[in-house]
Amino acid sequence: MSHKVSIPIGPYHPLQEEPEFYQLIVEGEQVVDIDVRIGWNHRGIEKLAEAKSFDQVIFLVERICGICSTSHPLASVQAIEDIDGIKVPERALYIRTIVAELERLHSHLLWVGLAGHFLGYNTVFMWGWKYREPILDIFEAITGNRNHYGMMKVGGVRRDIDEADIPWIIKQLDTLLPAIEMFRGAVLDDPVLHARLKGVGVLTRQDAIDYSALGPTARASGLAIDVRRDEPYAAYDRVKWNVVTQESGDVFAKTMVRILEMAESVEIVKQCLERLPKGEIDAKVKDISPGEGIGRHEAPRGEVFHYVRSDGSNSPSRYKVRAPTYMNFPTFKTTVIGETIADATIILAAIDPCYCCTERMTVVDNKTKKMVFTPYDLIKLSQEKTHRLLHRFGINDHPHTMTGTA
Amino acid sequence: MTRDDILKKIQIKFGGRIRKIFDRSPKRIYCDIDKNDIPEVVRFVFMDLGARFSIASGVDTPDGIEILYHFSFDRLGLVFSLRTILDGRNPEIESITPLMKGAEWIEREIHELLGVEFKNHPNMKPLLLPDDWPKDKFPLRRDFVQDIDKE
Repeated sequence: MSHKVSIPIGPYHPLQEEPEFYQLIVEGEQVVDIDVRIGWNHRGIEKLAEAKSFDQVIFLVERICGICSTSHPLASVQAIEDIDGIKVPERALYIRTIVAELERLHSHLLWVGLAGHFLGYNTVFMWGWKYREPILDIFEAITGNRNHYGMMKVGGVRRDIDEADIPWIIKQLDTLLPAIEMFRGAVLDDPVLHARLKGVGVLTRQDAIDYSALGPTARASGLAIDVRRDEPYAAYDRVKWNVVTQESGDVFAKTMVRILEMAESVEIVKQCLERLPKGEIDAKVKDISPGEGIGRHEAPRGEVFHYVRSDGSNSPSRYKVRAPTYMNFPTFKTTVIGETIADATIILAAIDPCYCCTERMTVVDNKTKKMVFTPYDLIKLSQEKTHRLLHRFGINDHPHTMTGTA
Repeated sequence: MTRDDILKKIQIKFGGRIRKIFDRSPKRIYCDIDKNDIPEVVRFVFMDLGARFSIASGVDTPDGIEILYHFSFDRLGLVFSLRTILDGRNPEIESITPLMKGAEWIEREIHELLGVEFKNHPNMKPLLLPDDWPKDKFPLRRDFVQDIDKE
């Protein structure tokens, strides 16, 4: 008799931030197959873009995602500028870089926090989000908003950075460096984290190529791809920084890539602020000629790809958006299969799929249709595994800190 | 491998079958080919030249449905786009998913939104639209009318 049980995850659940549907097929504790279905959040943005003017499109794509809220606008303005080869003022290029890197910082910190929570380290969750706060304060000072900054504009940026703010911003960033160092040390030194993350959810280099994986997901598998270096835009070729890669392709490698990238981002922002050239911030573009353009930006999760076609009117005749998670999602097919349900949580979270999938999980018995595990139970399952490991390693731990609310 | 090497290799290999190479800018190349040559050229660009598949995009034009396969040569920062045009009434093309797993989703998406048939696609299931979506309505076609507009 087969003991296969299918686990429908989603599409709607009070604990989910976004609707999504996974079907995990498990045999005992082991995941033997996975199927993903998207579309519950399909808003027809590409179709909508055809009815908006080029100026409005930037605002429209900013609403694709709240976490990546400057990645899409940046790719979008670059795609539109690519049609006519528009030259953007130097100062605007630096400001674009600063905003884009601050976004990477807050996004990676958010991920570190969530990953900590899923593993039962709720202190990490609190810390990650605590250190994210100063970044959001910087955003508020520069753009006026903690999220949805509205900074990008065809031919430049909308707001200038006040010179008087710069020393304060650098001071805020400097407080972040010891925190990043602490996270790095914590991951490298903790035997429990090694046991939970190493060799788990491995994406091999060849699979990363076959699936055309992107961003930290690809870089953790040894693929040194990064649009910021490969096709330099904004001010990325004017500052010194490194592309971070790891070789092992497991969740540990993906974690390390993100933590090390944060340190690079701090350096990029600081260099940009120190060298910020004076001058205009807007090329004052009037019309867009007929033609087509491609804009790319390395978002926190990987390359964002925008393709735009213009027929000479003031709105695009076709607009195509490809977010990085679109390419990273299908890699679950290789990374989750063969692992246990307790590890599925962190593996699904490891590609940072816009928001972690964990809270979308529910286990249902196929015959009785009765809920076996709620999404909350699955996080608990993952947390309890860490708990057991802590015991085995003889590390003191307080049970009440292990079960925070989701 | 430089940008010129790539262009030369493609021209040597496919020569007369390439309809047009549009050398748009140092970082962008568009290449028009016949739809029947797509699997062979895609295989060459992806496997032999080692490009990364970025994405495909479909466009409904007055001449038919255009499919662009965007490849990225990451070392050069170059986007190489293969363009092919399909008959608007009966758009049909060979699937490239058997060559690379990364193309599965986008072919399913283009199938739903533009009504293109991808022959020999291993997993042609709905991805974005609801299961009860009418089989003859394609949201990204020019003639698509949104019911919601009538409200």
